[in-house]
Amino acid sequence: MVEMTEDIVVIGGGAAGLAAAIRAKETGAKRVLVLDRNGELGGILPQCIHTGFGLHYFKENLTGPEYISRFVDRAGSLDVEFKLDTMVLRLKPEREVVAANSRDGLFTIRGKSVVLAMGCRERTRGALGIPGTRPAGIFTAGTAQRLMDVEGFMPGKRVVVLGSGDVGLIMARRFAVEGAKVEAVIEMLPYAGGLPRNIIQCLEDFGIPLLLSHTITAVHGAERVSGVSVANVDEKGSPISGTERTIPCDTLILSVGLIPENELSEEAGIILDPTTGGPVVDQRMETSVRGIFACGNAVHVHDLVDHVTETGMTAGWSAARFALDELEPLKNRIRLRPGPGVRYVVPQIISGDEPVTVYLRVRNPVRNAMIRAGNIAVPVRAARPAETVTVDFTEKRVEELSGEAELEIGLEEIEHID
Amino acid sequence: MKADVVVVGAGIVGSTIARELSKYEVDVAVVEKEADVAFGSPTKANTGVIHPGFDDPPGTVRAEHCSRGNALWHDIAREVAAPFEEVGSLVVALEDEEVEVLEELKRRGHANGVPDLEIVDDDDRLHRMEPHLNMGAVSALLAPTAAITSPYELAIAMMENAVRNGVRIYFETEVTGITVRQGRVTGIQTTRGEIEAQFVINAAGLWADRISGMVGLSQFMIHPRKGEYYILDKKAGDLVRHVIFPTPSPISKGIVVTPTVEGNTLIGPNAQDIDDREDMTTTHSGLAEVWAGACKLIPSIADKKNMIITNFCGLRPEPDTKDFIVGGSQTVRGFINAAGMRSPGLTAAPSVALRVVDILVKSGVELKRKLAFDPRRKPIDKPVKRSDLSFAQSLISQDPDYGHVVCRCEHVTKGEILEAIRRGATTLDGVKFRTRAGMGRCQGGFCGPHLLKLMSEELAIPAQDITKRGRGSRVLLGRAKELLRGGDSNGRDD
Repeated sequence: MVEMTEDIVVIGGGAAGLAAAIRAKETGAKRVLVLDRNGELGGILPQCIHTGFGLHYFKENLTGPEYISRFVDRAGSLDVEFKLDTMVLRLKPEREVVAANSRDGLFTIRGKSVVLAMGCRERTRGALGIPGTRPAGIFTAGTAQRLMDVEGFMPGKRVVVLGSGDVGLIMARRFAVEGAKVEAVIEMLPYAGGLPRNIIQCLEDFGIPLLLSHTITAVHGAERVSGVSVANVDEKGSPISGTERTIPCDTLILSVGLIPENELSEEAGIILDPTTGGPVVDQRMETSVRGIFACGNAVHVHDLVDHVTETGMTAGWSAARFALDELEPLKNRIRLRPGPGVRYVVPQIISGDEPVTVYLRVRNPVRNAMIRAGNIAVPVRAARPAETVTVDFTEKRVEELSGEAELEIGLEEIEHID
Repeated sequence: MKADVVVVGAGIVGSTIARELSKYEVDVAVVEKEADVAFGSPTKANTGVIHPGFDDPPGTVRAEHCSRGNALWHDIAREVAAPFEEVGSLVVALEDEEVEVLEELKRRGHANGVPDLEIVDDDDRLHRMEPHLNMGAVSALLAPTAAITSPYELAIAMMENAVRNGVRIYFETEVTGITVRQGRVTGIQTTRGEIEAQFVINAAGLWADRISGMVGLSQFMIHPRKGEYYILDKKAGDLVRHVIFPTPSPISKGIVVTPTVEGNTLIGPNAQDIDDREDMTTTHSGLAEVWAGACKLIPSIADKKNMIITNFCGLRPEPDTKDFIVGGSQTVRGFINAAGMRSPGLTAAPSVALRVVDILVKSGVELKRKLAFDPRRKPIDKPVKRSDLSFAQSLISQDPDYGHVVCRCEHVTKGEILEAIRRGATTLDGVKFRTRAGMGRCQGGFCGPHLLKLMSEELAIPAQDITKRGRGSRVLLGRAKELLRGGDSNGRDD
């Protein structure tokens, strides 16, 4: 068996992994190897041909391929090494990676540090448990996007989209632009999941109905999808009897949530956060296993790729310092806990003695609220569960931390923000 | 076209009969209305349990073939390299009054020749055997000979071996009539032409009464009995080690919790009599019943809702005669039924196949052993999944495709997929059943587009013509931009 050693092994060559590899090189790591199961770099971005990427990071409005190509080029110029069409099969806590490809066969690589950047996968119809038949014509939004925008095929012509997350909204528009009839976007919650700009640009501009507080109760069609039953739901999300009706269609697109890919992390014994589904990380993106770092959607599902890149940069810096034996353990470890109104906080552990940016997600849509963490209070004008809220623990704010081992971050609605 | 024997149906029963007949110098043709082996519901959506044989009362046809079938499969499954694990089963009594039923099952088992049955009433031992079992379990009937298999892989393996030994198979070929002259079968008509044959074996599963009706015999009717299932992610862990049955009801062995040969947990089926043989819909209420049934046996399943990979349903071919219909016809010579084979049909298949051979011999067919018969089937190599380093390294160096993992969840390589296509898979489900590509937690989200591309290249057909499981189940409905050009949606480039 081929055995290799590297300074840093990055699992996944999408936005997070490329950022980590680039920053690791910039920080002084000599050998950085990126493994990716696809035949091309970039993760999901090469198939995201719409714009909206890079507004924060580059202050430019780029398409997915444009955004990621900048990182692919940069990584290439820094002599980051790549193995594509390479599947990582196992990860051991001693930072040993077992992978396979057609050139090297089944092989092991030891990294001085390892960066987990596997991204996330889509929830499926089976995970939702939608009853009915099992015909052809049911796709997750990302798979439909790949089929259409990379492979050049039409997965369907008369489409219903379940879930109003961004990927679902964007695919509704893509189908419409391609001349397909998009019958409806169905959302179980009383509000849309995606970014407001996408509701306008993807649905309203194309006259696609958005059915809020609705769900799909059955799939019809023996061979190909022939329709779906939809019904109104109550506050608990249960279908209300008597409201069921059938929408004829040949295709059902599912945009019902993303799940961080962490089979490898679990295998390595890395502690996961049950809410995010990703590893618990500290502010350097180090996981519970020394020398294994994580970033991007493998940690938690981000709304913006710009943030994914930021976490990748942090993980890459930390991984390089660790590989160079220059990463001192954090002096303090303050555990951040989600408080009232907050679903989760990442990173889950901060030191409290240097500035850090914290990402959090709210439980319900709020207007005019105060985020409180110990003595710190940060106002937010509006926040919705679909968007991450960033809270900068600036130097000044960090000084106000009292040094407790735990810090609850909660949300409090207020009259108005001055 | 001519054949000595036509087998109608390529489910587990038809495949096993075909494979048994392939041991002899006899010309066998199998006709199947679906696009592949095991595409019919009773084989495809089957619990995959090889039953020990204590369920049916002595004297029934089912009892006769079940325990013998169990014994036969142990060797046959190895010969054809199909997954098979003798995990044993436990029928669990949760109430004191159910203990009596266990005693009765044990008596039946003895009468049916089931070996090593034992009632386990030592709580500690029972819970050591099954740590997640309901703490209220009173006792359980242990049957060490119960086994698990993958029903579709087993059927595919049997048919592959049959074909290797000379059997011909015709897919998407539906029988439309059977010719009977002077009380003797002379051939069949199909949607793809006629086959002259002196013998027709009816292994048509859900449609067996229709086939029987074609020769004017209507001594039985088949009623579909629906059963729904959930399959859980391997990550849910080893919830059970044995096949766990509740104490049976008069119509069903009940909702089972069983490990699969791949390490998933399978729960189901419920039992609901329906009218429509094509009703393959799972229902909200049925799935709820399955979930509740499983939680009753293994309470910790209640926390595993997020581990559900998918749900599906199967139809059992329930005969109104309440027993298997196995035998030649007195009035229509040459017509042989292997029908009504609901559970334990999978288990009984090899025993029924031997009976069919007997019937043919008694009907005057001279069955000469085929000297060239090769009982062994080479399985599709799974080097990455097996993680056998030296084996993987040598295979990948010979054929690099065996190093390229295409299915992320089940670690299926491009080499395996191409081999499955070469062995006859023409549909996505055909590839899936042979390799497991698309059966994991992402349900083909990652490998689906790759599979379409590989199949299109290997089969030399446009990707738009690839179906999920034959007929109208096309996966793609055309090329991008086609609708904008006013394309007629036949899916081809101009």
